[in-house]
Amino acid sequence: MAHTIKINGTAHSVDVDDDTPLLWVLRDVLGMNGTKFGCGAALCGACTVHIDGVATRSCVTTIDSIGDSAVTTIEAIGETPQGKALQRAWLDLEVVQCGYCQSGQLMSAAALLTDTPKPTDADIDGAMAGNVCRCGTYQRIRAAIKQAAEA
Amino acid sequence: MNTIDLNVPILGQNKTSRRAFLQGGGLLLGFAMTGMGSKTVFAATAAQVTEAEVIAPFEPNAFIRIDPKGVVTLVMPMAEMGQGVYTSMAMLLAEELEVDLDQVLLQHAPANDALYANPILQSQTTGASTTIRAFWTPLRQAGAVARNLLITAAAKKWNVDPATCQARKGVVSDASGSLHLGYGELAEEAAKLPVPAADSVALKDPKDFTLIGTRAKRLDTSIKVDGRAEFGIDIKVPGMKVAAIAISPVFGGKPKTVDDAAALAVKGVHQVVRTDEAVAVIADHTGAAKKGLAAAAIQWDDGPNATVSSADLIKQLDEASRQPGAVARNEGDVEKALAGAAQRIDAIYQLPFLAHATMEPMNCTVHVQKDSCDIWVGTQVPTLAQAAASKLTNLPIEKVKVHNRLLGGGFGRRLETDGIVHAVKVAKQVDGPVKVVWSREEDIQHDMYRPYYYDRLSAGLDADGKPVAWTHRVSGSSIIARYIPPLFKDGLDFDAVEGAAEPPYALPNIHVDYVRVEPAGIPTAFWRGVGPTHNIFVVESFMDELAHAAKQDPVAYRKALLGHNPRALGVLNLAAEKSGWGTKMPEGHGRGVSVQFAFGTYIAQVAEVEVAADGSVKVNRVVCAVDCGLVVNPDTIEAQMQGGTIFGLTAVLHGAITLKDGRVEQGNFDTYLPMRIDEVPVVETHMIKSADAPGGIGEVATAAVSAAVTNAIFAATGKRVRTLPIDPGVLKKEA
Repeated sequence: MAHTIKINGTAHSVDVDDDTPLLWVLRDVLGMNGTKFGCGAALCGACTVHIDGVATRSCVTTIDSIGDSAVTTIEAIGETPQGKALQRAWLDLEVVQCGYCQSGQLMSAAALLTDTPKPTDADIDGAMAGNVCRCGTYQRIRAAIKQAAEA
Repeated sequence: MNTIDLNVPILGQNKTSRRAFLQGGGLLLGFAMTGMGSKTVFAATAAQVTEAEVIAPFEPNAFIRIDPKGVVTLVMPMAEMGQGVYTSMAMLLAEELEVDLDQVLLQHAPANDALYANPILQSQTTGASTTIRAFWTPLRQAGAVARNLLITAAAKKWNVDPATCQARKGVVSDASGSLHLGYGELAEEAAKLPVPAADSVALKDPKDFTLIGTRAKRLDTSIKVDGRAEFGIDIKVPGMKVAAIAISPVFGGKPKTVDDAAALAVKGVHQVVRTDEAVAVIADHTGAAKKGLAAAAIQWDDGPNATVSSADLIKQLDEASRQPGAVARNEGDVEKALAGAAQRIDAIYQLPFLAHATMEPMNCTVHVQKDSCDIWVGTQVPTLAQAAASKLTNLPIEKVKVHNRLLGGGFGRRLETDGIVHAVKVAKQVDGPVKVVWSREEDIQHDMYRPYYYDRLSAGLDADGKPVAWTHRVSGSSIIARYIPPLFKDGLDFDAVEGAAEPPYALPNIHVDYVRVEPAGIPTAFWRGVGPTHNIFVVESFMDELAHAAKQDPVAYRKALLGHNPRALGVLNLAAEKSGWGTKMPEGHGRGVSVQFAFGTYIAQVAEVEVAADGSVKVNRVVCAVDCGLVVNPDTIEAQMQGGTIFGLTAVLHGAITLKDGRVEQGNFDTYLPMRIDEVPVVETHMIKSADAPGGIGEVATAAVSAAVTNAIFAATGKRVRTLPIDPGVLKKEA
């Protein structure tokens, strides 16, 4: 059936089954490919978006569960002060290797900084342990979050 | 920061802004395609990786394109999968071409062995940590040839001796410094000049390098922090459908029954396709495709491998490893030396099958038409992909186009074309382009795995504890025999024994052999660190056993055997010094060391671990001392030390693929565990300054770290880990 969802401030109408994961609506229906598919089971965090500011795994979030909530994706996270500071820190500290997981890492980090502007190492572990990076950029992710928190 | 200052002059005299020519028309499709997220702070940052194939009048060789507007495009022969080569290859070209890195665009090379073969691997293959070693000279030569031609063109215009002119930042100047011409303005003239032979041009003395050796910012990252980067999985082609695929859960099986009607009843599903070993559901979006695949309720004919289990495969290896194998090295008289030794040590080491689990799951987009086949994919082997598709479609090779993309991780997985083959088989039955995306479960259960290795070692020590005999028999699958058959000679797989046949130590009597054992029902392939990842664990662990048997400090023991090997000794000394080797550790903590020469690079690592009463292991710190010859980009070395270490630690702590009833038992990140941010150590990198030719770096730390960790566990607990991954049950403190 038709669903209208608000993504990055714009309303989009899509005609898909109610149980279609938001991830595939973003990627395949709307062509917004910044949000990545990694596991399909909320185990890796590559698909993280914000729903009303809360970091959410879009691969297990069905389209019918979103309602009027505001969805924010990596394509627009730079419009928020936290997202912008994190993107700068990510580039300053050369966090990125293959880059595939980094959309999700940044989305989780942006939600963390919104809730906890000055995170401790334990806060970072808590917020970021759901995001897998096979290139092993974790050490730089931690440093970049701290740098962005000081920005 | 890795942004482009849009106000810098472009490579012409007229000071037209870069923005002006970027906006100036359809020349660079890549920019048009990546212009999303217009309100973000990075929207103004032009993507430096272009998907379009650039054509320009000045193309002095396969790697450089300069158009009249001054756009410099560097064609990247090797694939970018995170290891940083798009930046380091660009640095080699730009150093000699005399352009700044923010003045260049990078283009993925098309599939073409004649133009882009890796000189070491002799095909267009990104692997074995060879990119910089292979292209160190050719890319600098390519840059120098182009620069010479541009200078010659300017000198001709000015009617002066080219030797009096110089090039900098994309501009040629005359001796007086009053005449300037940008590369764009010279492109058409330079294109008319005869191109000198690559080896006829003088290369810069390394002391004059202005770019090589600097911490240049990566060129592929601004598009990776705002969702613009296009990986293989992100391809969008007009009219494209998507497919979810289920491959027989037992290798060698095939689909028996498929409920097509149920699949087709799912909204958005268009077609159900069968291949010999798989079923694919074609739909408008992946949500529908997956739902359709589940509804198809496929029943499988498991075929001949239905009862394969890990236990049986290990038993087979154990038995095979009792017989002599193909000799990789034989020096002195090992039997005699063993017989006469004061002390004899024997050990068996085992390493599991491993999946690659790249973050970007396997995927491939294919459009098969009557007289063409287009493939969009991130691959380490574009020409092998092209050949495989040509065979399947019966199209001539030139009718198969491979559009390579950024890879969301490679680690050797994308050295294989199985994913491309599956996709072409599906696409042949589909009208229009189709993107085949594997689920994570398919990705892990239909990987091609790092072989299970079963190694037997014996050593003899003299009365002073010095090794007088060393034997090492490697048993396992041969990847080389399948992948590069001509290089599998007399039963010997050089990769399977790499790191075993030539330990860096003085070992007077040494015998190393290899027994090929091909396990049924599980395909094997290269994995990050290839042969050394397995062998360095074994050799460095066993060396630690010898030090212990000799009642000597593991670092001191190794040093005594490295007198002839100054670079190995150099990294060992540095790692020991930086790690505080020898200082006291708390109860339950330990330090372990490993030394390695592989990929043209020397490394020593010291790991610090903590073993809890329940046997759980935490790695707190890894100190890396590395001598990789001349460093192209020190930040990349550090990044690869960090990332390579984490990749190796993931395997040593968690990594195992096991088989039961012919099926891989692991399926997703809850059963094939990746290391996460809350368990990773601090990784420190210390580099030795060197003028030697550059070594490889992408796999070095992965290969070296396992033994450093297990040796540290021994120091902490007195328990020797000879089977990976580490089993906390074995390390548990007895009550």
